[in-house]
Amino acid sequence: MPNDGEKALKAINKPANFGPDLEIKAFIRNAKALYPCPISSLPEEIANQSLKVGVRTDEKSRIGTYFQIDHSVIFQGIQRAFEGKIELMSTTDAIKKYDWLKDYWWKLIPADMDKYTALASLNWDHGYFIRVLEGQKISFPLQACLFISTDGLDQNVHNMVLIEPNAEVQIITGCTVHPNVQKGLHVGITEFFLKKGSKLTFTMIHNWAQNFDARPRTAVLIEDDATFVSNYICMKPVRSLQTYPVAYCKGSNSKARFNSIILGEGDSYIDLGAKIVLQGSGSKGEIITHAIASDNAKIYSRGLLVGEHSDSKAHLECRGLLVSDKAFIHAIPELIGKVSGTELSHEAAIGKIAEEQIRYLMARGFSETEARSLIVRGFMDVNIFGLPEALRDEIKRIIDETTKGIL
Amino acid sequence: MYSLKIKDLCVKVNGKKILDGINLTIPKGEVHVLFGPNASGKTSLLMTILGFPNYKVVSGEIWFNGTNITNMPTDERVRLGIGVAFQNPPAIRGVKLADIIHNFLKSESNAKKKEIELCKTLNFTEEILLRDLNLCFSGGEIKRSEVLQILAQKPSFVMLDEPDSGVDVENLGIIGKVINDFLKGRSGLLITHLGYILRYVDVDKAHVLIDGRIACSGEPIKILDQILKEGYGWCEKCLTMEKKH
Repeated sequence: MPNDGEKALKAINKPANFGPDLEIKAFIRNAKALYPCPISSLPEEIANQSLKVGVRTDEKSRIGTYFQIDHSVIFQGIQRAFEGKIELMSTTDAIKKYDWLKDYWWKLIPADMDKYTALASLNWDHGYFIRVLEGQKISFPLQACLFISTDGLDQNVHNMVLIEPNAEVQIITGCTVHPNVQKGLHVGITEFFLKKGSKLTFTMIHNWAQNFDARPRTAVLIEDDATFVSNYICMKPVRSLQTYPVAYCKGSNSKARFNSIILGEGDSYIDLGAKIVLQGSGSKGEIITHAIASDNAKIYSRGLLVGEHSDSKAHLECRGLLVSDKAFIHAIPELIGKVSGTELSHEAAIGKIAEEQIRYLMARGFSETEARSLIVRGFMDVNIFGLPEALRDEIKRIIDETTKGIL
Repeated sequence: MYSLKIKDLCVKVNGKKILDGINLTIPKGEVHVLFGPNASGKTSLLMTILGFPNYKVVSGEIWFNGTNITNMPTDERVRLGIGVAFQNPPAIRGVKLADIIHNFLKSESNAKKKEIELCKTLNFTEEILLRDLNLCFSGGEIKRSEVLQILAQKPSFVMLDEPDSGVDVENLGIIGKVINDFLKGRSGLLITHLGYILRYVDVDKAHVLIDGRIACSGEPIKILDQILKEGYGWCEKCLTMEKKH
């Protein structure tokens, strides 16, 4: 089994660059082994929780599903019509099946980056492997759920996504916990490889718990004429979430986009970044973040564009909305131009709901509460995701449902 | 019967008096026009009628259709049947024109069909409904969108704040005609600076507001002619005379 064990061992106490430092020992490693079962037979509370992160246990309008609970793979499969077009299995199975996978494993993310990557390297608990074969253009999404049902558990998944040349696909990933889970740690390593001319729209929804910590580590390599779109949604309280995905636009005309909508509530500490490195001729990047902080939430919204090719262009937009005087948003947009000819720009704005906007909507018959809610919902406009209509409406419903009681 | 009745209204904004002893009655079915130089208090009067909290009523009362609305929240006034087309509405990112229109039409059958008809009436394609409210709207689009919202709301009393400012001739024609049709059988208060909209809209009475006071009231065409000929200095004279008496 390939791993960077020695490197990782040395980094096991290395704090991450950002976010609160976590005591790994505070989390447990012994999860009860669960056996595979038909996804439709999962208990109702699990099905309901997963539905809130876009993963349907009825598999309606989904062409394949990976479902992991704690450290066990519960379900993995694709609809028969897509066999030979898509491969979907756990990364533990994939590594056994494909010797060549070691050429991709830990190649974009160094295992010794910090204590969390080290942890995932040393205590690896599966994760999904998705491969879309050359030329396959798949119109319905694949789904993956990483679920935690044991309180206090540490779950370390390592996912791998390979989109072969000229293939196109949408993936929805939901990460969530059982209603009984209060605390725990989720470390998710995801390495994406987009081959020539391919396109991936990756939508990820996180629903954690008040005392839960999450440390996703994501990197993307984009070849010629390939496009990567990441949509990230986090709407529920979390103790701490820190992530800083990076996309390398290596190929000519490669494109990367990170869109995020986050709502920080309670005492949530959210440190969300995105980095795009423009290396190819004609490469383009865009980062759009809409962050809402309420209660005592702290949100750091980082963005970094690096222009390394003279013919490259990228834009960064960060909008922050403070709905409480105790909430905090720190926007940190950064641009690094390494060659002349690269065009990088950013705009960042933080504010509260404008009184004038509330008055306007009240003059249209909305109560003050309704007006505020409408503005906040508008701030979470899913149209920034550029999703196909059906999926967009589905995600919008999820956001509306999740935020219904709290705004 | 009156639609709107304002009695001895004095209003302060940030401690400064901006409306001083306003008396104004608009009978049911009448449309009145309000003239006045910049900063005379025209828009402030609208905001006060709407109940915006910055506009503090120091004394006086506002009655609408027999109800004292002086201390009523804005949304309740609106639900009683007061509509408004703002002069400079704010852009609201993420909130769609459709959110407002759907809310107004929610209890109607065939809401979707009506919404499409309303768009057509104001020379919009349906695409306008999905755009962020007033964000990157042209001057004409802003005015037409304000009128569109009124048509969907169907208030019994409408306030229109300079629907003719910053609008080209073509848009003015559309807006003027639509407003005039809509106002038939309703009451309204129209603010205009240069009176262009009066080529299209029939009004019953005019008032001139100077320094937060109504300087004179009378026949719209006569008053507009005087203003255009002599400027607002002519009205100020009236106020001075009034003070002497």
